[in-house]
Amino acid sequence: MDQPRIEGILSRYEGSSADLIPVLQDIQDQYNYLPKEELNVVAERLSVPLTQIYSVATFFKMFSLIPKGKHQIKVCLGTTCHLRGGIKIVESLGHRLGVEPGYTTKDMMFTLDTVGCLGSCAQAPVLMIDDKYFGRAGVDKVSKIIKQFK
Amino acid sequence: MPKFESVDHLQQYRRQLQASRDPNQPQVLVCSGPGCLPMGSIEVAAAFREELGKNGLNGKVLLKECGCQGLCARAVKVLIRPQEIAYQEVTPEDVPEIVEATLKNGQLVERLIYEHPLTQEKAAFKADIPFYKGQMPIVLRKLDIIDPQSLDDYLALGGYRALRKALTGMSPDEVIDAVEQSGLRGRGGGGFPTGRKWRVCQEALSDIKFIICNGDEGDPGAFMDRAVMEGDPHAVLEGMIIGGYAIGAKQGYIYVRHEYPLAVTHLNKAIDQARECGFLGKNILRSGFDFDIKISRGAGAFVCGEETALIASIEGYIGEPTPRPPYPAESGLFDYPTIINNVETWANIPEIINMGAEWFAAIGTENSKGTKVFSLVGAVNQTGLVEVPMGTTLRQIVFELGGGLRPDRQFKAVQTGGPSGGCIPEQFLDLPVDYDSLQSVGSIMGSGGMIVMDNTSCTVDVARYFISFLHDESCGKCTPCREGTKHLLHILDEIIAGRGEEEHLTLMEELCDTMASSSICGLGMSAPNPVRSTIKYFRDEYLAHIRDKKCHALVCRPLLKYTIDPETCTGCLACVRECPVGAITGKKKLPQDLDQELCVKCGLCYEACQFEAVKVE
Repeated sequence: MDQPRIEGILSRYEGSSADLIPVLQDIQDQYNYLPKEELNVVAERLSVPLTQIYSVATFFKMFSLIPKGKHQIKVCLGTTCHLRGGIKIVESLGHRLGVEPGYTTKDMMFTLDTVGCLGSCAQAPVLMIDDKYFGRAGVDKVSKIIKQFK
Repeated sequence: MPKFESVDHLQQYRRQLQASRDPNQPQVLVCSGPGCLPMGSIEVAAAFREELGKNGLNGKVLLKECGCQGLCARAVKVLIRPQEIAYQEVTPEDVPEIVEATLKNGQLVERLIYEHPLTQEKAAFKADIPFYKGQMPIVLRKLDIIDPQSLDDYLALGGYRALRKALTGMSPDEVIDAVEQSGLRGRGGGGFPTGRKWRVCQEALSDIKFIICNGDEGDPGAFMDRAVMEGDPHAVLEGMIIGGYAIGAKQGYIYVRHEYPLAVTHLNKAIDQARECGFLGKNILRSGFDFDIKISRGAGAFVCGEETALIASIEGYIGEPTPRPPYPAESGLFDYPTIINNVETWANIPEIINMGAEWFAAIGTENSKGTKVFSLVGAVNQTGLVEVPMGTTLRQIVFELGGGLRPDRQFKAVQTGGPSGGCIPEQFLDLPVDYDSLQSVGSIMGSGGMIVMDNTSCTVDVARYFISFLHDESCGKCTPCREGTKHLLHILDEIIAGRGEEEHLTLMEELCDTMASSSICGLGMSAPNPVRSTIKYFRDEYLAHIRDKKCHALVCRPLLKYTIDPETCTGCLACVRECPVGAITGKKKLPQDLDQELCVKCGLCYEACQFEAVKVE
C-alpha cells in the first residue's frame, strides 16, 4: 500500500463520514481504481463501515474495484448519440480493441465504457478519451482517434 | 482583485472598470462551449493567439475563450466584436485569413459567414442570423460576451449588483416576495414555484439551513446547465448567495456531474475569486451575512438528479431517494431545511432582483413566466442552445430557429423532458411550449432537452432506449420502478425482435399505470411517459413491428436484412475489416458474400461501404 499517497488524500478532508464520496473520487482519480487496502484505511479514518464503502463503490458508475486502463474511453449513448448510431461506435471500438464495454484491454492501455450523456449532443455521436472530447465521430473516424493515444 | 469592504467600494471599482474599457476595442471570442469543444475550439483559440502575436496585435485585439454561442451546428464559432461578425465552422487554418482580412483590414471573410441550410441566404452579423431572431437571452445573455474565468468581465456587465441590492436594500422577506411575484418555477423539470419553496424553508425553525444547486444534469440530450456552469459561473453563485440570504442559510453546495470536468474547474475558480473579493465568506459586503459554497462532484448516477437522492449522496450514502414529505425545504441535507434548485433557476435569480419581479412576470404565459433554455438537437439543421420566452411554439423553435429538417427527411416527433418525457407528434407543433401544455400532451418540460426526430428514427426503438436507460439507472429501492422498467424492457425487446403480440400494448399500459401511481420518486413515476406517449401517438409503428414484423425506419436490428449488391460491390474489403463476426467473405476486387446465418445485423458494413453496395431492408 502507498501510505504517503493515501495520507495525502485524507489530509485534505476533515474526516467526517460526509467526506466519503469525495475521498473515494480522489482515490479513483489518482489510482485509477479503489484498492482494497486503501479502502480499509478510509473506513477506519472516516469511521464509516466497510459495508457502506462497498455499497457506495458499487452503486456509482465512476468507481471501479479493479484497475482501469491508462486511457478511459467513454462513448456517449445519450438520446441524440443513440439516434446517430453511438452503439455502432461502441461495437466498432470493442471489435478493434478486443474488449466488451466495461472492460480493459489486456495491455492496460484502454478501458471502454459507455456513458448516459456527455452533454455535447449537437455533435453526436460523441466520445471522450480522458478529458478530450471528439465530436461527429463516425465509425470511419474511430481508428484514427484511437491511434492518437497509442 | 481587491476585497470589497463595502458596497460603495464595489460601485467605485465597477465604475473604474467600465471607464477603463473601450467599447470599440476589437475582440475575438472563440466559442468553447459544449458544442465547439469537441470540434477543436482549443486549437482555434491557440491559432488566434499565435497569429495575433505574429501580427503585433497582442493587447490591441482581445482574445477570449467564451461560453456557448448557441449555434452548435456550426462549430467552431468565432464572434468578432464590436461588429458582432459571427464566423462559422472555423478551423485553425482559417485563422490567418480572419486576422488579415477582418482584424487588420476590416473586411469580411465571405466563405466563413452564415448560410441558411434551406434558403442559402447569407448573413454575416449575429443579429441577422435567423437562429438568433426570436430568442430572448436572459440566462444565456452573457455567454458570448464574457470570459467565464474573469470576475472583472462579470462585474463590468453589472455582476453582483443584484447581491448588493438584496443585501443593502431588501429584507429576506422582500427577496422572497420578489421571487414569488416573478412567477419563476423550477427549471429542473418539476416546475414547482421557486418562491413558495423558499418561503417554506424560510419559515422552518432551524439555526442551520442549506442551499443546494442541482447541477447533476442527467437527462440525455440536455446540456443547458453545463453551458451555464461553464460559461457564466458567477451568475449561479450570485443567485445562490441571494437565496442563502433570503432563507437564512450559511452554506451552499453545488452538485456537479463528474462528466462535466470543465464546469467543476470554472466553478471552483469562480468560488475562489468570490471568496477573495468578499462575495463569499464572513460578513459579505459588511452586511453581517455569512455564506460559503462548496462543490460536490457527482459520481455517476442518473437518479442523483432527484433531490432526495442527491442529498443522500452529499451525505456520503448511495443515491437512493426517500419518500416525500418531508420535503427538503423542511428537512433536507443532514435533516436541516434545505433549498434545492437547478442551475438555470439560480441563474435567473440575479436578473429578477435587478430588473424586478414585474419585468420577469411580463414574459411568458399565464402560468409559466420568463424564458426557457432548450437544447435543440437531433434531426434539425441548426442544432444548439436556444432561449425563448415561455409560450413560443414548437414549430417556431424547430422550423424557424432550428432551420427545419433536411429536405429529404420528414418530421416525425419532438422528444422533450429526457427519459421522463414523451414524444410529441406533428399535430401538436403549434402548441405554445410551457410546463402545463407539455404535460397536457403526455410529455414534460424536464430540464429542456428537445430532440427532433425524423423518419429515420423509430419510436419503438426510442421507447426501448429510454426504458433501457431507466432500467439501468433505477436504484432498485422500490419494486414498481425496479420490476416495472425490467418488464417493460423485456416486452419492448420482444416487439423489436419480431415476437410481439397486440396484447403486449395493453399489458404495457397497465404496467405504466402501476408504476406511475406507486413508485417512490420521480424516476419511476415518470418512467412510463416514453412508452405511453409513443403507444398513444405512434400505435401504427408498434403494429408494424408486431403484425408485419417490419421496422420502416430501418432501425430495429432483428427486423432488418443486410445484403451486398454484386453489381456495385468493388471488393475493396472495407466491410470485411469492420465485420465483427466474419460474416463477409470473398476475394479482393470481386463482389463479396454476406452469410445471413452469421450476420448479427450490426450495420458496421453498411457504415463502412463507400459505394452504397451494402443494402438494408
